[in-house]
Parts: sequence; C-alpha cells; structure tokens
Amino acid sequence: MALTSPLDAERIRADFPLLGREVHGKPIIYLDSAATSQKPNAVLDAMDLYYRTINSNVHRGVYQIAEQATNELEAAREKVRAFINASSVAEVIFTKNATESLNLLVQSWGRANLVEGDVVLLSHMEHHANIVPWHMLVAERGIQLRWIPLTADGQLDLTDLDALVEGAKVLSVTAMSNVLGTINSVRTLTDAARAVGAISIIDGCQSVPHTSTDVQALGADFLAFSGHKLLGPTGIGVLWGREELLAEMPPFIGGGEMIRDVRLDGFTCNDLPWKFEAGTPAIAEIIGLGAAIDYLSAIGIDNVRAHERMLTEYTLRTLSMRFGDDIVIHGPTEPEHRGGVFSFAFKDLHPHDISQVLDEHAVCVRAGHHCAKPLMKLMGVGATARASVYLYNTTADIDALGDALEAAGSFFAF
Amino acid sequence: MPGLEDLYREIILDHYRNPRNRGELESPPAQRVEGFNPLCGDEIVVYLELDDDERISDIRIGGQGCSISQSSASMMSAAVKGHTVAEVGDLTRAFKGMMSIHESSLGGESTEPEDLPDVKLGDLEALRGVVKFPVRIKCATLAWNTLAQAIDEASA
Repeated sequence: MALTSPLDAERIRADFPLLGREVHGKPIIYLDSAATSQKPNAVLDAMDLYYRTINSNVHRGVYQIAEQATNELEAAREKVRAFINASSVAEVIFTKNATESLNLLVQSWGRANLVEGDVVLLSHMEHHANIVPWHMLVAERGIQLRWIPLTADGQLDLTDLDALVEGAKVLSVTAMSNVLGTINSVRTLTDAARAVGAISIIDGCQSVPHTSTDVQALGADFLAFSGHKLLGPTGIGVLWGREELLAEMPPFIGGGEMIRDVRLDGFTCNDLPWKFEAGTPAIAEIIGLGAAIDYLSAIGIDNVRAHERMLTEYTLRTLSMRFGDDIVIHGPTEPEHRGGVFSFAFKDLHPHDISQVLDEHAVCVRAGHHCAKPLMKLMGVGATARASVYLYNTTADIDALGDALEAAGSFFAF
Repeated sequence: MPGLEDLYREIILDHYRNPRNRGELESPPAQRVEGFNPLCGDEIVVYLELDDDERISDIRIGGQGCSISQSSASMMSAAVKGHTVAEVGDLTRAFKGMMSIHESSLGGESTEPEDLPDVKLGDLEALRGVVKFPVRIKCATLAWNTLAQAIDEASA
C-alpha cells in the first residue's frame, strides 16, 4: 500500500534555512524535533523585524513603536488563544517554557491548595518537568504521589484508574510521551479527575505542536507547552488555565507588570493574564511564537498530524523490515496510538555509540534518558536512542536513518 | 574532521567487548561507590579494596554505559590494580590532563602543563582521541571520578 501525505514536505523544507546546511560534508538529516523543532523563515523574520523596527518595551509606552510592540505581543496572545481554542486571552499566560508553566502551577496553585496527605496522580511516562516540581512539594508539604502504570506496549494502563484517582486532588499527565510517542486518552483521564473533584493538568509539550488542541474539549483545567517545539523560538512557553482557577491563584513571581498598585505596605495584583507575567516579557520570542502559529495554521495542524502518521507508519514498517529482531522500537505498535517519536534499541549497541556513528552520517538523533528516568527504569534501560519527526521530514530521512544504522551495525560488528 | 577511528580505537573496542575486572566484591569489606553521568544515564559502580599499605589489592567494575565509559573503566581497573593510592593519584592526574589539555586549548595551540606527573599511560593512551569529541570526555572520565571518590571513602 502506498503511503500518502497531504503535505508537500519538499516545499516545506525550503522554508527552513537550517535544513539546507551540511554537516560533515553531507546534507543534514534532522530527526530530533521532539527535543526542539527547526524554525521557518517566517519566525526568524518576524523576530528580526521586531528588533529592527519596533524594539521597545511593551505596555505603558505612549510613543508609536511601543504601542506597535504592545499590539504585536497581544496579537500573538490572541493567536495562541485561537490555536488552542481557549475562551479568552485572559487564560493565556506566557512563561519561559513548559517547565516553568508546570512549576508555576505547583508553586502557586499547589502551595495554596494542597496540604499534608493530599494525593497527586501522575504517570510512569512523565517528563522530569512533571515530576520534580511535585517532589519539591512532597518535601515541603508532605503531599503524596500516585503513579498510573503502563502496559507492556507503553500505553497508560487505565484498568485501575478509578481506584488510583479516588481521593486525588490533582491529576497531572502528559498528552503525548516524549519517549514512547504514546498519545494518551486525555478526555478519559480528565473525566475521571473531574468525577472525584480533582483538577487536571495536561503536559502538552509533545502534543500541541503535532495534533490539534481544543482546551475546551480536553476537559482539563490547565495545559502547559513550549514554543520552541512548535517552530517557535526558545525562551517562550505557555500556560493555559481556566479563568476562574487562575483568578483565585496567588501570583508566582513578583515584580513589574504583574501589579495594579504597589504601596509601602503591600500590593494588589494586575488582571489576568499579566498577574502571572512579572518583568519585561520575552517580546521578540512571543512575536516569533505568533509567527510560528500563523505558519502552522496556514498548513493546517491536522495535515501535520496526517503527514506524521504517514511517516510513523513508514518508520515502523521500514526499520522492522530492514533490521528485524535487531531493532526494538519502544511504545505502541499502531500508528494511531502514537506520534512521530521513536525510541529504539539497536543490536546491543549503546545509544551514545549509535548516535556517534549517526552523526558521522549527518543524522541527528538524541541519545540518553530524555528527562524521563523513572520511565527508563521501568523499561529496564539506562538510555535509548530517539529519532523524532516533524512536518519537514520525509521518507528519505527515514531511509537515511536506516542506512546510518546499518553503518553503525557494521562498525561495531563483533 | 576527526573520524570515528580516532574515537573508537581497536584497543578501546577490545576492552568494551572483553571488559577486565568486571563484577562485584563483597561490600563491606570492599568500598562500593556508584558514579552517574546525569546527561546520559550512564552508571559505573567501583568496588575497591585497599590493603594496609594503601595499595589497591582488588578492584571490580559494575554498571552500564557506552563503549567509551565502559572501556575507560576496564582500562582503568587494569592500570590501577596493585598500585598505591599515591601512584593512582598521579595516574589520575595524568589521565585527566590528557582529557583536559585539549579541552582548554580548543581553537588555540596545545599546551603541556608542566606540573603534570610523568606517568606512562600505556593502553590508556588509546583514549586520547576522545578529546576531539568533547561531549564524550565525560564518558571517559566517569570511572576515574568514581574511583577517586571510592579511594576517598576507603581512606577516610
């Protein structure tokens, strides 16, 4: 069966200047978008234009370029709102990255609402960013963590979900695993949380760049994601939250912008979303994120998902045909249950040694624990090699990965 | 451009395939110390026994990791066994010197620090190519840092 994609990836590639470069004298094969995506000209140009023409601090400036910069920043907030279908821009808070978004929630909502013995339900496939902030609260407050286990093929095992969620105050899980690619049934989880009166937090770092996101349909209370994984720059992330919850939360970082009034004896907070945005924001990065969302929206996020589904099917099929039992690709076997993230074991080679040989062939993959050490332990490995795709990858990239793996196999042949 | 052969010398691959002193020692009496490379998840366990003259009477290596970290640990175990703590200190400084000389002179001329001990590195010389791959230096030095900690704790 021929695999088809709604995207013309070759044309899309021309928008990404980095993909035109060579490494070690060979055209670069970039397969690490789960770590960070490449940036299209539209994003680079938007940030450059800001610095070259309207660079000024936002809010409170009455001169023309300050007003323009403010308008651009707030326009980007509206683009984010529309992209995730939030009901109001008041619910869209700019942070440094998804990690900061999650820390904000733990420090603000968590410290205001959780006391000793309260239960937070996480899963075994969480990124450290959705584990460590909770551990910090365990140390400070004596809250308890529970963990949703995984099935053998790397999906959440929801058999005992009712028992696990019983008595929990918080459910915080990823929508898509950065190691296994698993796409979780978020709605099932958020429904279960709501039924017991728990709030639900979704780590959308991997899902938001690759699948359509409708926060009103998710049934969640909060969503965290990063800009740099969705074609935007580093240094900008988003926290979406339901307005009534955000309104009750105490501020996270204090300073300028987040206040309405400051007196010698105290302060009052600014309105949402600025209440959580102390200090000068990452203006160029926010504008860049807005440009990234424009770019993705013009292509259509559903088309991106369809393209990556095609690549997923091609990757699973091609690698297992070429290498048989010599390769183990972790995670779900069915493309509809997973995104384009492929952690694998190849022969008995260590991931570092694999990626070193792959680098020689200009193939960029990640090797390590992917900030998911509890998951690595569960999988019984110290590290994996991980290839991940985005809208600019092609089946030729996967063939190049296969060729480079073959070379690694012969180099280390014992 | 440094090639793979600069990194993966035959002797390194030999130690990777046939690691020396692999295993465990009963602890106590042996000192057991774990070393981690938080960047990649590699893990080295050093089991160390010192005799009354502060000589390494026995050493075993456990853990898992890439060919560089495992072969470095294997070569290290062979190089330090039977030597005194003072001798091992000199060897460690010489080895780290070999690893870091290049680190500090990237883009500049190579300088030989004068206070480096005059020690024969033997097989360990094979790891010299690692300095051309800076992200792998931590793989090569993991075992040595773990050994230093084990000696500290055993001598304490």
